[in-house]
Amino acid sequence: MSTPLGLYLPGSSPVHRAPVGLKIAVMVLAGLGSVLLHRPVQVAVGLVLVGLGYAVARVSWRLAVAQVRPLLWLLGATAVFHVVVSGWQRAVVVVGVIAMLVLLAALVTLTTRTTDMVDAIVRWLRPLHRVGVDAERVGLMLTLGIRCVPVVVGLAEEVRDAQRARGLTASPRAFAVPLIVRSLRHADALADALVARGVED
Amino acid sequence: MPVIEVRAVSHRYGDHAGARLVLDDVSVRVEEHRLGVVGANGSGKSTFARLVNGLVVPSSGRVTVDGLDTAKEGRAVRRKVGFCFTDPDSQIVMPTVAEDVGFGLRRRRLPKAEVAARVQAALASYGLDGHADHPAHLLSGGQKQLLALASVLVTEPDVLVMDEPTTLLDLRNATRVSRVVADLPQQVLLVTHHLDLLDGFDRVLVFDGGRVVCDDEPAAAVRFYRSLMS
Repeated sequence: MSTPLGLYLPGSSPVHRAPVGLKIAVMVLAGLGSVLLHRPVQVAVGLVLVGLGYAVARVSWRLAVAQVRPLLWLLGATAVFHVVVSGWQRAVVVVGVIAMLVLLAALVTLTTRTTDMVDAIVRWLRPLHRVGVDAERVGLMLTLGIRCVPVVVGLAEEVRDAQRARGLTASPRAFAVPLIVRSLRHADALADALVARGVED
Repeated sequence: MPVIEVRAVSHRYGDHAGARLVLDDVSVRVEEHRLGVVGANGSGKSTFARLVNGLVVPSSGRVTVDGLDTAKEGRAVRRKVGFCFTDPDSQIVMPTVAEDVGFGLRRRRLPKAEVAARVQAALASYGLDGHADHPAHLLSGGQKQLLALASVLVTEPDVLVMDEPTTLLDLRNATRVSRVVADLPQQVLLVTHHLDLLDGFDRVLVFDGGRVVCDDEPAAAVRFYRSLMS
């Protein structure tokens, strides 16, 4: 079974079984702590620790690499910029920290069911109902956001295929207009489906 | 069997002067176990189906399901009436198969153990038990429609409304879905262009220009529809 970027990979490893709160806390602490990393060796240690997390979770190295592949152009541009402006050591630190945090976030989503993650966030937000925050609605919004990523990617591929079939060259407007129209239609249909499945306005 | 009553219903989408009349004074009382609805594109059959669970509230007239008014008691009606759309991609809400089947149950705040048991049973019933943690959008078209069906039926509605559920499917998957539907204990209202799915139905309505132009047993209604289309 192919697992697309960032989607849950079933398993029973200690990482899978760890409480959602703990995983999110580790992710947040790593993000905050990353500002303290200034030397390549420190970043290397961080990357090794994240790599250990992948090993314990029994996620293949191919899938791990796939998590950062979409960011390669960004990492490359960042590296070039820092090599020119502040030297190779700074470039290694910045690029390494970005890769480490992306890999860590991906490890959390790969080992946590969306419903478990959303349930946890809803639980944490519930006390905020006194200031008007509807935790259930925020949870549903997050879920739909996650669900819509592959849908919009699929629509974009269909629009691109239709353009190619009609011999059109790459045109941002010819790509964006039908994609936006179809995305809005999908949103309408999804709204109907939500009502039909018991989610009132 | 729930009684569906559509009384003197007319409907326009929008209230501007040029809004087209999509249903024109339709009155139907449904008590049968299996009701088929056929008609050309734009004839009003999908709007008719959407009336039954309150997705569409009529511009005039009244729709009730077991005495519940769809305009005033929409939430209660939707607990009784499940709805299956043409495009399963539009009704899959959650990222994975099991999560999507459990969505409606979780909204009803059932205990986690009960949700898990009912999801497992539904997945097994519809041949999806090997796909519980599979990303829903990677299923085949037929599997997606079965998932959509499982996600609706797991909430145990009394009535199932299906709006062209086999239109996007190949013959094998359409047959699979129609077999599942044939075995359901629920009252079924099926809108379709696949006339062979209506075999064994109790009654078929033919729509044309927003009106019911034929209301008969399947063979006679299909004959009427074929002559209308030719």
